[in-house]
Amino acid sequence: MIEFNNVNKWYGKYHALIDVSEKIGKGEVVVVCGPSGSGKSTLIRTINRLEAIDSGSITFDGEDIHAPGVDINRLRSRIGFVFQQFNLFPHLTVLRNCTLAPQAVGGLSPAQARDKAMALLERVGLAHKADAWPSELSGGQQQRVAIARALAMAPPLMLFDEPTSALDPEMVGEVLLVMRDLVRDGMTLVVVTHEMGFARDVAHRILFMDQGRILERATPREFFDHPQHPRARQFLADIRTPNTAAD
Amino acid sequence: MPGFDLALLLHGQYHEWLVAGLLVSLKLAGVVLACALPLAIVIALLRLAPHRALRAIGATYVEVIRNVPLLAHLLFWYFGAPELLPDAVKEKLYAGNFEFIAAAIALTLYAAAFMAENIRSGIRAIPAVQFEAGRALGLSFLGAMRRVVLPQALRVTVPPLLSQAIIFWNDTSVATVIGVGEMMYQGARVETASFRSAEAFVFITAAYLAGSLSLTALGAWVQRRWPVRTF
Amino acid sequence: MIDLIHTYWLYFLVGQYPQGPLGGVALTVLLAGFALLLSMPFGLAMGLARTSGRRALRWPATGLVYLVRGIPLLLVVFWTYFFLPSVTGHKTDQFNTMLIALVVFDSVYLGEIVRAGIQGVPSGQYESARALGLGHGRAMRSVILPQALRSMLPSLVNQFVSTIKATSLGYIIGLTDTSFIATQINTQVFTKAPQVYLLLSLTYFILCFGLSRFAFALERRLGRRTSSPSPAAAAGPAA
Repeated sequence: MIEFNNVNKWYGKYHALIDVSEKIGKGEVVVVCGPSGSGKSTLIRTINRLEAIDSGSITFDGEDIHAPGVDINRLRSRIGFVFQQFNLFPHLTVLRNCTLAPQAVGGLSPAQARDKAMALLERVGLAHKADAWPSELSGGQQQRVAIARALAMAPPLMLFDEPTSALDPEMVGEVLLVMRDLVRDGMTLVVVTHEMGFARDVAHRILFMDQGRILERATPREFFDHPQHPRARQFLADIRTPNTAAD
Repeated sequence: MPGFDLALLLHGQYHEWLVAGLLVSLKLAGVVLACALPLAIVIALLRLAPHRALRAIGATYVEVIRNVPLLAHLLFWYFGAPELLPDAVKEKLYAGNFEFIAAAIALTLYAAAFMAENIRSGIRAIPAVQFEAGRALGLSFLGAMRRVVLPQALRVTVPPLLSQAIIFWNDTSVATVIGVGEMMYQGARVETASFRSAEAFVFITAAYLAGSLSLTALGAWVQRRWPVRTF
Repeated sequence: MIDLIHTYWLYFLVGQYPQGPLGGVALTVLLAGFALLLSMPFGLAMGLARTSGRRALRWPATGLVYLVRGIPLLLVVFWTYFFLPSVTGHKTDQFNTMLIALVVFDSVYLGEIVRAGIQGVPSGQYESARALGLGHGRAMRSVILPQALRSMLPSLVNQFVSTIKATSLGYIIGLTDTSFIATQINTQVFTKAPQVYLLLSLTYFILCFGLSRFAFALERRLGRRTSSPSPAAAAGPAA
């Protein structure tokens, strides 16, 4: 479904993505992890062109995303994106947040959009909050609405950029539950996360990144039990036993 | 419309009038800047003083001055204020260059009100703990202000103050209403005498733009040379 | 001073209306309100141009801002007063001259307010709107501008205050505004100059201070501080 071909990206002199090549198939659940600054957020943001690339190509269903003249809006309506900071629209109700894109881009009538949105809100467990304002919701609830909002366009692919990093610990579970639900329904997911439990249980594949490169690709079992690359081993060691004797 | 005559701008009587006007504008701006800045610092400190009465004086000054247009200030100081003085003094005032003095007073008071607010914002941008640390070391209110807060506030305050300076460079134009011989006055004079206003106004536009853009460039340079350093 | 008010209050408020053109305070408020209203579409366009990704829009807009902010409002008034007649063919009256000059000025300053408003909306909002597939225009219209406009409200009121003060320049070209009427009263009464001009100042003060307080209350109610440090000072020319 997604193919990275020798992708490179620079921020000025800083080489953020280095010779990235990878294929992600339909129905796969891929978790991207690594230390901060490794380029994982940048990588996922290039998939829907929130970040540009400097060389190489990224194709989605065979179409080159970064080619000039591409209808980026149409492409983006087929890719759902969930942000770390939820980014719900504060001036619209929960329901309206979810019906905006289907009506404006998807061409649905208000009634159709409403029905679709309510079904999705039901699915994430927030149908009773349809007429609430985002500011009235907790972080976990807002993120679940954000997921519903992204699903409203029925995209074949969902991208998650550290979806639980901004949440208080007690709310992480409810969001992960929704994500597991999506996996059960066969959705293609690419998730950047620190939640190793989720990765271990749900992912089909793990991509470990450091300093702009994908250093290891493995199934969760292989990755957690027998990491190959030394930096991957370091990363896992740091997670399990935080380095208190640092500096 | 008759053709644009550049020669008119470069020599001859009209040229002299316009240049004289420019000099008066510059002089007025200079006087105002020199007098308004110290006054503005005083007002800003008044507004931040620990005593409520002092704060009220500062706040009243700012609100009263700011909410009345510059033109009304000029009219008051030129036409209204002298009437409060004894006749002999009044005669002497009007005989001399009172227009300029009245304009200088009005503009200074006006500019000081706005600048005081810029300075106050700059001071407030410095975390209160800095001031407290100064007092904890034994410095008085003024001492802590002078040695700890104001030096830091200065960097934050300079850009808005420079913006304000541009506004006041442009505001010297309003002094024409009470007969100060600055650029707008001279421009109107050229128009009346020659019915050719394009050249004069181009000159005036260029002069004001030169001043404003220089100040803008100065601001950019200052911000690059002495950037605001926060924690 | 009381008898001054008693004798001249109507003249001061409405000028010679209905026996003549509208003047005084009524004219001041009408002119300012009208100018601000007319400037709004231009101000919006300027703000959008200034924040646009396209250089072809951004640079001319920025140039216009530097030009208009770099010269006095009075100069714009003079340009309009002396030159518009030769362009349009007939003489422009004082009201329309001031109106045009004020619209030019206010459009630029409103543009800056709009720009600050747009830039004040967190960038994540624009990103998530685009990520949903909304085009740039739709994202601005449905997501960014509604949020920006709400935060701009106090600044808008302050710009109204600035505009009211700016109308006083009409005096110089003979517009029968509040300042002009005051001077007329002064020439009639002649011996009470300080009182007349104090009353003039008081009138402006009541108008402008009242509106400033309203803007302050708006700011508080909206729950957010605007980014400009000092509302009346940031709002533009001090005329």
